Amino acid sequence: MLCCLISKTSGSATIGGYEIGNKEGSLKIRKMIGLVPDNVGLSEHLTAYDNLDFYGKIYDCSDSQRKESIKRFLEMLGLWEKRNDLAGTFSKGMKQKLAIARALIHDPQVLFLDEPTANLDPESAKTVREFILELKKQKKTIFLNTHNLDEAQRICDKIGILNTKLRVVGTPEDLEREVKGKKTIVSLEQVNEKILSALKKLSLKNLTSEANKITFDVSDPDKENWGAVEAIVLAGGHVNTVNVVGSSLEDVYLKLVRESA
Amino acid sequence: MRLSKAWLVASRDFKIFRHQKNILYSIIIFPIIISVLFPAILEFAGHRSAGLLSATNLPNLLNSFSFFIVIGATYIPLGIASYSIVGEKIEKSLEPLLATPLTDGEILLGKAIAALLPTLAAMYAGATVFMVGVDATTFGKLGYNYFPNWTFGVLLLVLVPVAVVMSVLYSVIVSSRVNDVRSANSFGIFIFLPFLAIYLASEIGIISLDLNGIFIIAGILSAIDIALYFVSTAAFQREEILTKWK
Repeated sequence: MLCCLISKTSGSATIGGYEIGNKEGSLKIRKMIGLVPDNVGLSEHLTAYDNLDFYGKIYDCSDSQRKESIKRFLEMLGLWEKRNDLAGTFSKGMKQKLAIARALIHDPQVLFLDEPTANLDPESAKTVREFILELKKQKKTIFLNTHNLDEAQRICDKIGILNTKLRVVGTPEDLEREVKGKKTIVSLEQVNEKILSALKKLSLKNLTSEANKITFDVSDPDKENWGAVEAIVLAGGHVNTVNVVGSSLEDVYLKLVRESA
Repeated sequence: MRLSKAWLVASRDFKIFRHQKNILYSIIIFPIIISVLFPAILEFAGHRSAGLLSATNLPNLLNSFSFFIVIGATYIPLGIASYSIVGEKIEKSLEPLLATPLTDGEILLGKAIAALLPTLAAMYAGATVFMVGVDATTFGKLGYNYFPNWTFGVLLLVLVPVAVVMSVLYSVIVSSRVNDVRSANSFGIFIFLPFLAIYLASEIGIISLDLNGIFIIAGILSAIDIALYFVSTAAFQREEILTKWK
């Protein structure tokens, strides 16, 4: 819907100040966005160069700008030597890279990437991820649609979790903290009752002990851990290590999905 | 509407067709049949039965043969248009195209040009060879070159384009109702029916395929073209294509 590919069902959204669903606005939006669909959608019977050249012409890129952009992107993505090969002969990874180059040919302000690393081998996926990070440095707005939560956590500044509807939106840090928070794991030489009762007085959340480790939830580790470590030491405990573990985006996702079920 | 953008869409399709053997075959096979087979039939029949191809019978027979060029012209766009719309939808290459700032009209016109021009080029080339071949085989009987003549000229320059446009617009409508190229071609066959009806009507003497008859048929088909244009533009709504087209 945001790419103006299908009609909106309800609600409203704007891109660059133009409203989705308005015919005039949709044309303006289409000019300022680049799209990499999940199926890449290349013309398989055209060469890599012709695929990009066609889209460059649609967006009114000048001859010199088009040629320069095609060369730059194909070289950057390692496809320049294959520019005269039909796109249909390319591997999945090469097609994905070519689709990304196509989406960037007119230097769009907003980029929509639908599963850009799906079905790619690890090396190609890494290249694509690094390329996205490079685009991020260029201050482009990138909408990344992915099932790869680790990838989202590594790349995105802001994450929205969709499960039939938008469940939550926030920075990766916000989601970890607000939805589940963090855990502190204190490793001791020995855990005893005296240490545990000292910690219980601090009203730590979800305090548990297992073997020589004590675990509790924290919302602000810098403040709360200091008090906990002090209580352990005063109770005669010997602290080996203190680690703060954040919940992963996967934990957040699973929690939200379970809550909505 | 920017014609340059429609031409861009058509040019891309022309490049794609060069690599699509089935489309290339569908473009060239009918003109070859008409241009080679019909003169060959005349030559063969001339040897077998001189009376059948008398100077009196020949003009009617040649006019009937000529009408097959119109029928052929409606056949070629079916394959092209169904590939360029349904085929692209299946290959998913329509999606990024629909995400560009091209208007519905520019995309539709581009697709129509991509089906129209190769068809006309192929049929005109086939018709030229047909005329030369027929003249070569019938000159001895008639004592003059039957082609070119005004009737055939009007048929080629008026009726054939009108019939091709009709076929293209019909293919767009069919493409909006089917999900694969084979179904598009199957439903597309119905475009032949009105032309076969015209041919049969001429054979049994209900209508005449002379100059006036061809102008009247072209006028009726033009009116149908206008009606089909409105139906096809209504069917080609880009924001419905990916979700509502079956």
